[in-house]
Amino acid sequence: MNKRFTRILATSIAAAALMGSLAACGKGSASATSEGGNEITMWTHNAGNPDELAAIKAIVDKYNKSGDAKAQVKVQAFPQDSYNDSVVSAAAAGKLPCIVDIDGPNVPNWAWAKYLTPLKLSADLSKNLPSTVAKWEGETYAVGYYDVALAMLARTSDLKAAGVRVATVEKPWTKEEFQDALTKLKALGKWQYPLDMGTAGTGEWLPYAYSPLLQSFGGDLVNRDGFQSADGALNGDKAVEWAGWFRGLADQGFMAKKSGKDSTQDFLNNKSGIVYTGSWAADKARKALGKDLAVMPSVDLGNGPKIGGASWQWGVTSGCKNSEAAMDYLSYSLKPENIAAVAKATGTIPATDEAAALLPAFAEGGENRVFMELSRQQAVMRPETPAYPFIATEYGKAVQDILAGADAKTVLDKAVKAIDANIKSNGGYKN
Amino acid sequence: MKNAFRLNSIGAAAVRILFAAVAAFPIVFMLVSSLKPDQQIFGDMSSVAAFLPIGNISLDNYTAVFDRVPAARFLINSVGVSAVTVVLGIFVNSLCAFALSRMQVRGKKVVFTAILATLIVPFQTLALPLVWWVNQLPYFELNGFSLEISKGWLDTYQVQIIPFIANAFSIYLYHQYFESIPKELDEAARIDGAGWFKIYRQVVMPLAGPATATVAILTFLPAWNSYLWPLMVVQSEELRPVMIGIQYFFQLNVSWGEVMAYASLITVPVVVLFIAFQRSFINSIASSGVKG
Repeated sequence: MNKRFTRILATSIAAAALMGSLAACGKGSASATSEGGNEITMWTHNAGNPDELAAIKAIVDKYNKSGDAKAQVKVQAFPQDSYNDSVVSAAAAGKLPCIVDIDGPNVPNWAWAKYLTPLKLSADLSKNLPSTVAKWEGETYAVGYYDVALAMLARTSDLKAAGVRVATVEKPWTKEEFQDALTKLKALGKWQYPLDMGTAGTGEWLPYAYSPLLQSFGGDLVNRDGFQSADGALNGDKAVEWAGWFRGLADQGFMAKKSGKDSTQDFLNNKSGIVYTGSWAADKARKALGKDLAVMPSVDLGNGPKIGGASWQWGVTSGCKNSEAAMDYLSYSLKPENIAAVAKATGTIPATDEAAALLPAFAEGGENRVFMELSRQQAVMRPETPAYPFIATEYGKAVQDILAGADAKTVLDKAVKAIDANIKSNGGYKN
Repeated sequence: MKNAFRLNSIGAAAVRILFAAVAAFPIVFMLVSSLKPDQQIFGDMSSVAAFLPIGNISLDNYTAVFDRVPAARFLINSVGVSAVTVVLGIFVNSLCAFALSRMQVRGKKVVFTAILATLIVPFQTLALPLVWWVNQLPYFELNGFSLEISKGWLDTYQVQIIPFIANAFSIYLYHQYFESIPKELDEAARIDGAGWFKIYRQVVMPLAGPATATVAILTFLPAWNSYLWPLMVVQSEELRPVMIGIQYFFQLNVSWGEVMAYASLITVPVVVLFIAFQRSFINSIASSGVKG
């Protein structure tokens, strides 16, 4: 027994030594996160997305090898779903890198929390898609290479069979046309639910996907005049009307209260007739359906069709000791060829026309040009306030409660009360 | 009579098979789906085919997993972190429990109560302050022949291990087990000239095998499943554990076959470990009344 115990201790010491040696390797590379010397670190959300990560790394490599580089940029990639948590923890420990990428609607919050510093770039941002430039209190804090756009995908053959016209950017469906289309598609008897709105989605999907529908009704997440209260915007008549309509889609059997985990895949497997999704799904759908794929704009519910604006963007942290180099890198990275390379790798909408011209799919007449038009004409920025993450959470909960059958007015009043209390308790989120 | 008995046995077996099947379904679904392309996974979902390796079967998802994620590195990290946490956890917690159980120290009941009281504090409430604390700790690094001291443990292996070595539940488990070992054995050993550490090493610990097996498994599982803490304190990819890796697959277009392949890869070690320790684990649970 004595020998056995000695063996356990020996194994423990050996294991500790192994971890020690691994730690030495690990710490060696980890120390690169510090911003000492002539190296700056850049965090990105696309670990697990090899195409986008490779495109970002290619820009970084080009910059590092260019004679004009003011510092060597080192990339550290994090998985998207947990990226914000990693940033918040690092901020709490004072360990943020020089450059971070940020989901657009979170920029005001990060700027208010002093994670970010205003950008001073040599690149001209005036021609960028407005939704790719994040501003707060008159300052630009982040800029992105691309945006994405919401749309409805369907099979042209199904629409034809149901006797429904294909909606276009110029002539989207009205609320009545949408109701009629769903009724006719359901009558075909091909699907249990003809519409898939991605109701199983969670997190940022809920405000990103459904707040534009609320806005199309005439409501909003918050009063945009000063962003001090959601009263009237989120619980007014228009908002209650939106909630009743949205819930009605489920009540009438047009959509599931909780859709499948992967709406695009379900659509491709012919489990739905129309899927409400983003431009990111288009290439996959086109590959599967070819010319039968119809890309249609969101429905005009009274105030014109709306979609959410802003995707991932880049900012410089306020603690960066070499912000001049960070700004220099970002300016370099915004060259049209770099923007085009990232948009091509990700199938997203390039931030500028110059970049779009380099991509046949997004050039005039290209198959993805429609998304660029949607982004230009219909994108509404999510409220540019530091309160947005809280508002988004409350709105997401309200959407789920409404779908579950709760009284819309009560749910929305509750959300407004929580949002207003949060804004007040944070001193109005003043700078 | 014989027939009735036989029917009863068949019925009992059928019920057992049913329960076993219910428990096995998620794992079978995961393993089978890991061999199918996405379209087929969703296509098979509404039929029994979801649990059968039929149709377009291949190892493509496994190949894709290794293309997307440094899975081998993550596995090595998790094995290392979990193993060291378990071994050091057994040593430290059993020593603590031994002192509280065997030594006559003033105020030991207060100490034991204070340790138990920490069980009611959820880790999530401590996580953020703990990040701040570990970032203030000194870090010693050998650079050639000189010892360099820097500040902060973030992005290291030890930050994934050391906060989880001391564990109130493990101390409690050992303490209760040690209490069931007759103290006369200590006295006999003392007459033979043994000191406290020798009694711990040669008398008490060899008799605490089932407790050790339980502590090993109950320490290993959270260490292996660790997600929130490494998410907060590890920034370098080469130091990440397996659970963080699952997030790599949740992109705008999710490849569910790859998710299932990766989930299969990280589940296998836990299943193997459980099978290896099954007997001791069940014995220990039976004797201590502890639920895992």
